[in-house]
Amino acid sequence: MRDFIIPSDDRDMGTPAKQGAPVTLSIDGIDVTVPEGTSVMRAAAEAGVQVPKLCATDSVEAFGSCRLCVVEIEGRRGTPASCTTPVADGMVVRTQSDKVRKIRKGVMELYISDHPLDCLTCGANGDCELQDMAGAVGLRDVRYEAPENGGLANHFTARDTSGEANPQWLPKDDSNPYFSYDPSKCIVCSRCVRACEEVQGTFALTIEGRGFGSRVSPGAAGDDFLSSDCVSCGACVQACPTATLQEKSVIEMGTPQRSVVTTCAYCGVGCSFKAELNGDQLVRMVPYKHGKANRGHSCVKGRFAYGYANHKDRILNPMIRDSIEDPWREVSWDEALSFAATRMRGLQEKYGRRSIGVITSSRCTNEETFLVQKLARAVFHNNNTDTCARVCHSPTGYGLGQTFGTSAGTQDFDSVEKTDVVIVIGANPTDAHPVFGSRLKKRLRQGAKLIVIDPRRTDLVKSAHIAASHHLALRPGTNVAVVTALAHVIVTEGLMDEAYIRERCDWDEFQQYAEFVSDPRHSPEAVEMLTGVPSDDLREAARLFATGGNGAIYYGLGVTEHSQGSTTVMGIANLAMLTGNVGREGVGVNPLRGQNNVQGSCDMGSFPHELPGYRHVKLPEVRAIFESAWGVEIDPEPGLRIPNMLDAAVDGSFKGLYCQGEDILQSDPDTKHVAAGLAAMECVIVHDLFLNETANYAHVFLPGSTFLEKDGTFTNAERRINRVRRVMAPLNGYADWEVTQMLANAMGAGWHYTHPSQVMDEIAATTPSFAGVDYALLEEKGSVQWPCNDAHPDGTPLMHVDGFVRGKGRFMITEYVATDEKTGPRFPLLLTTGRILSQYNVGAQTRRTENTVWHDQDLLEIHPHDAETRGVNDGDWIRLASRSGETTLRAKITDRVSPGVVYTTFHHPDTQANVVTTDYSDWATNCPEYKVTAVQISLSNGPTEWQEDYAAQSTRARRILPAAE
Amino acid sequence: MSPEKMVYMANQIATFFKTQPGEDTPQMVANHLSDFWEPRMREQLRDYAARGGEGLDDQVRAAVKLI
Repeated sequence: MRDFIIPSDDRDMGTPAKQGAPVTLSIDGIDVTVPEGTSVMRAAAEAGVQVPKLCATDSVEAFGSCRLCVVEIEGRRGTPASCTTPVADGMVVRTQSDKVRKIRKGVMELYISDHPLDCLTCGANGDCELQDMAGAVGLRDVRYEAPENGGLANHFTARDTSGEANPQWLPKDDSNPYFSYDPSKCIVCSRCVRACEEVQGTFALTIEGRGFGSRVSPGAAGDDFLSSDCVSCGACVQACPTATLQEKSVIEMGTPQRSVVTTCAYCGVGCSFKAELNGDQLVRMVPYKHGKANRGHSCVKGRFAYGYANHKDRILNPMIRDSIEDPWREVSWDEALSFAATRMRGLQEKYGRRSIGVITSSRCTNEETFLVQKLARAVFHNNNTDTCARVCHSPTGYGLGQTFGTSAGTQDFDSVEKTDVVIVIGANPTDAHPVFGSRLKKRLRQGAKLIVIDPRRTDLVKSAHIAASHHLALRPGTNVAVVTALAHVIVTEGLMDEAYIRERCDWDEFQQYAEFVSDPRHSPEAVEMLTGVPSDDLREAARLFATGGNGAIYYGLGVTEHSQGSTTVMGIANLAMLTGNVGREGVGVNPLRGQNNVQGSCDMGSFPHELPGYRHVKLPEVRAIFESAWGVEIDPEPGLRIPNMLDAAVDGSFKGLYCQGEDILQSDPDTKHVAAGLAAMECVIVHDLFLNETANYAHVFLPGSTFLEKDGTFTNAERRINRVRRVMAPLNGYADWEVTQMLANAMGAGWHYTHPSQVMDEIAATTPSFAGVDYALLEEKGSVQWPCNDAHPDGTPLMHVDGFVRGKGRFMITEYVATDEKTGPRFPLLLTTGRILSQYNVGAQTRRTENTVWHDQDLLEIHPHDAETRGVNDGDWIRLASRSGETTLRAKITDRVSPGVVYTTFHHPDTQANVVTTDYSDWATNCPEYKVTAVQISLSNGPTEWQEDYAAQSTRARRILPAAE
Repeated sequence: MSPEKMVYMANQIATFFKTQPGEDTPQMVANHLSDFWEPRMREQLRDYAARGGEGLDDQVRAAVKLI
C-alpha cells in the first residue's frame, strides 16, 4: 500500500487565504507576491518563512493576542504582529532580529511559566505547538518561580506550594466521549472559541473572566462540554495548539505516525479526511484542509464516529442457512458463494430470468456499485437493479432530467460563498449535512438572506447569530402549492428575469407556464388555507428571492419523499429558471444528497431503467456500448424498482435478491410489507458489515468491508469524485468489490479485476460524463467533478454555464394534487420524519459508536397543544399509530413542530418509524411518501405487539451456530 | 402488486400528464409506463384493463392500448 503523499502546503499558513490584486513585498530578502489583504504572516509562509505563532491558525481570522509573531517592518515603528498586519506593496519585512527574538523569548517565558512541564507524558507530546514554539524561539530558562509560602498564581497545579487548594485549577472535563478538555494546559489563545464561531458557527464556547482569570468555557455556567450547545464537530480540537482539547484516542494510542487522505463514508457532503494511523491502527480522522467539499471542516460523525469499523457486532465470516427459521451456519467463502450461486441460478431456471435482482449500495464505492449493477445486467441478464436513491432522490433524477436535461446538482459547495439569498426547502443541513450547514451559516453571518420552507422550525430558522428572513412553516404535503405560489408572485409582479428566460429557455413553454402560474387559484392568498403559510410572508419571500441578488435553492428529502416529489423538483427548477439563477456561481439548484455515494450510485447505472450515465436501456446505441464491452446481450426492458421487487415477491414472481450495504427492512416504508416481500423470497443474500434487520430474512450473509478497508471513489452531492483509499486490510478478508466479483464468477461471469482502478477505466470507457476520469487524474487533482471528458478535462464545477444540457430550459406545469394520505377522525395528526446530527440513517454505523450519548432513542416531537389535549407529558411512552401499523416511543414536547404535526427520526430499529409509514409514493418514480403519514397518538404502557414480535423474531433470526471444531 | 395499488399508481401518472400542455395525454402516459414499468407490471395493467379496468382513469385506459 502506498500512502498518498500529503502536499507540502499542508502546513498551517497562519491566517486564511485572501482574494485580491497582487501585492509584492520582501520578507527576509525573499520577494513574494500575494493577494491584497493577505497577512504578513501568510505572505511569509508563502515565501517559505515560518513566523513563530500561537494564537493564529489558518482556519480562523487573525486575533493578534499572543505577540509571538512580531516582526520588524522597514519604515514602521515598533514590532507589529505579522498575523494582523496586511501586506503592502514594497514592504520590507524582517522576521528575525535581536529585537524580535528577545520579545518572543519573553512572551514564551511567560506562557511556559503558567504551563505544566510534563511534556514527556502529555497527550500532545510531539504534536504540540507550544512545545514547538518554545524550541523555535530558543527558550532555555524560566525565571518566574512560585513563592515558597504559597500564594502561587498558576492554573496547572491542583495545590499550591503550601498545600492549599489552588482556586485557579480546574479539573479535566471528560464529558465528551471523543475528546477531553484539560484547563490546566490552556494558554487562552482563543483558537477554539474562534473555530466554534467562525468555522462551525455554533458559538458554544466563550472566554469567561478577564485577565489572568480568563478561561475557555463551554455553554453557560455549570455546563460541561456534553451539556453545552457543543455539537462535537472537532473544530476546536483541530484548532487547539496544545493538549487542552485533545482526542481521547490520541491520549490512549499515542501520536499517529502516518496519514492517508480518504473520503468520509457518511453523508453526501463527502468530506475529505486524513486517516492518521500507527501501523494499521486508526488513531484519528482529521478533516483535510485541501478537501474541496469541506475545506478543513468536519462533523461529529466523520470526525469521530468510526468505531463501528471494529465493533464486536461485525460479522467476519460468511454464513448460510436453508431457511430463515434456521440458525446461521459459518462456512467458507467457497461454500457460501457456491450455495448462493446455485440457488440464484436455480431460481432463474425455475421462475425465469427476471425472477432475481440486486440492490446496490449508496454507501459503497462507485466501482463496487458499477459491478453490482453489472452483475444484474450481464450475469443475471435482466435490469432488476435499484438502489436506496429510489427512496430518497429518485425524483431529483426525474425532475431535473425533465427541466434541465441532467439529474445533477448545478453547483459546487464553494458556490455558497457567493450567494445572496438562499431558499432551504425540505432540508435540515445543520443536522443532516452539517459541514455544508456550517458553510451556509458562515455566509448568512456575512449578510446573505435565508428563506426556510419546512413544517418544522429547524436550527437554521433561528440560532446563534443567524435568523431566517422567512420561515414558511407549511403543512406537510403542500410543497407544490407553496412553490407554485412563489412562482405566481414572481410572474404576476413581473419580477422574473425575462432576458435570461428568452435566451436560455423555451419561450413558448414559458408562456404556457406563466399563464398557468398566473391563475388566481395559485396566489398565496388562495392557497393559504391549504398550506398554512401566511400569504404576506409568502409574497415577501418570493420578492426577496427574485430581487435579492444571487439566489440559490438547496433542498433535501422533504421535497422528494412525497406523492408529488418529482413535481416539486420541477417547481424548484422552474423557480431557478424564472429568476435567472442557474449557470453561474452563487446560484443554482442543489439537491443535498443523503448518503455518501448516492450521487455515484445513480451515476453508475443503479436504476433499473438506465445504464451508467443516465441513459435509458431502451436505447439500442447505448446498449451496444455495453454489449460490446461485456460480450452479452442487454435486456431492453426496464427492471423492477425496490417497491416493485417487493410487490413481485409477494406475488411470487420475484424470488432472489443480492442486497449490498442496504437495510431495506428498516429504511423502506411500510415495514410489514417489506418483511412480507423478503419472507416470500427463496434466496436473499445480504452483504453487509452487520447482521442488519434485512438479514433476519436472509439465507446467505456475505461479510462486508468498511470504507477504511478498500480503494475506490465516492461521488458527493456536488458531483465531485473523491478517492477512497485503503488504510487497513479488510477484517473480513475481501473488499466488497472482490466479494461481488467472486459471486459473479461463481455464477460463471469470468471477471478478472485486480484493482478498482480497472473498474474505473471500464466506467470511463463506457460513460461519456466519466470519459476523462482515471485514478492518475484523481491523484493529480485530488478530486474532479463530472462531467470530466475532452470537453471538460478538469471537470465541471458549475453546470449549464453556457446553456442547459438539454438545450433550452424547460418550464413544467406543476399542478398541486393533494396526497390521499389525509388526516381524519381516526388519524388526525400528520407525521413527518427526519434525521438528527449524531445519528445517520438507520443507525447501523452510528448506533455502534459513542454517538448514542447524544441520541439513544427515537423521540416523537409533538406540539404542547396536541400533547395537552391527549394528556401527554414530556417523556411519556406513547403509541403512534397509522393505517399501516403502530409503534411506541417517548414523547418530546416542543413548539418546533406546528399544532397538528408530529415528527420523529428513524435511527433505531426497536422503534421502527417505518412500521407506521405507508405505501404511497411519488407518481413518477415510486419514491415513498415518508414525509406525510396521518397518525394518532395516545398514551401507552410499553412496546406494541409488533415491537415484541419483531424483537423475538430478530433474536431468533440472528442465532449463529457455534463453528464446528 | 395488488390491483388497487396498481390502479392507484397508474392514475397518479395520468393525473400528472393531464396537467401538461399538449394534445396527446395517453401517449405521454404510455411513454412513462413503458420507460419505468417493468414488463410484468405493464402486463398486469394490460390484463386488468382488458378485464374491465375498474377504477382506471380514462387516460390510462387509452394509454394501455399504446404500450
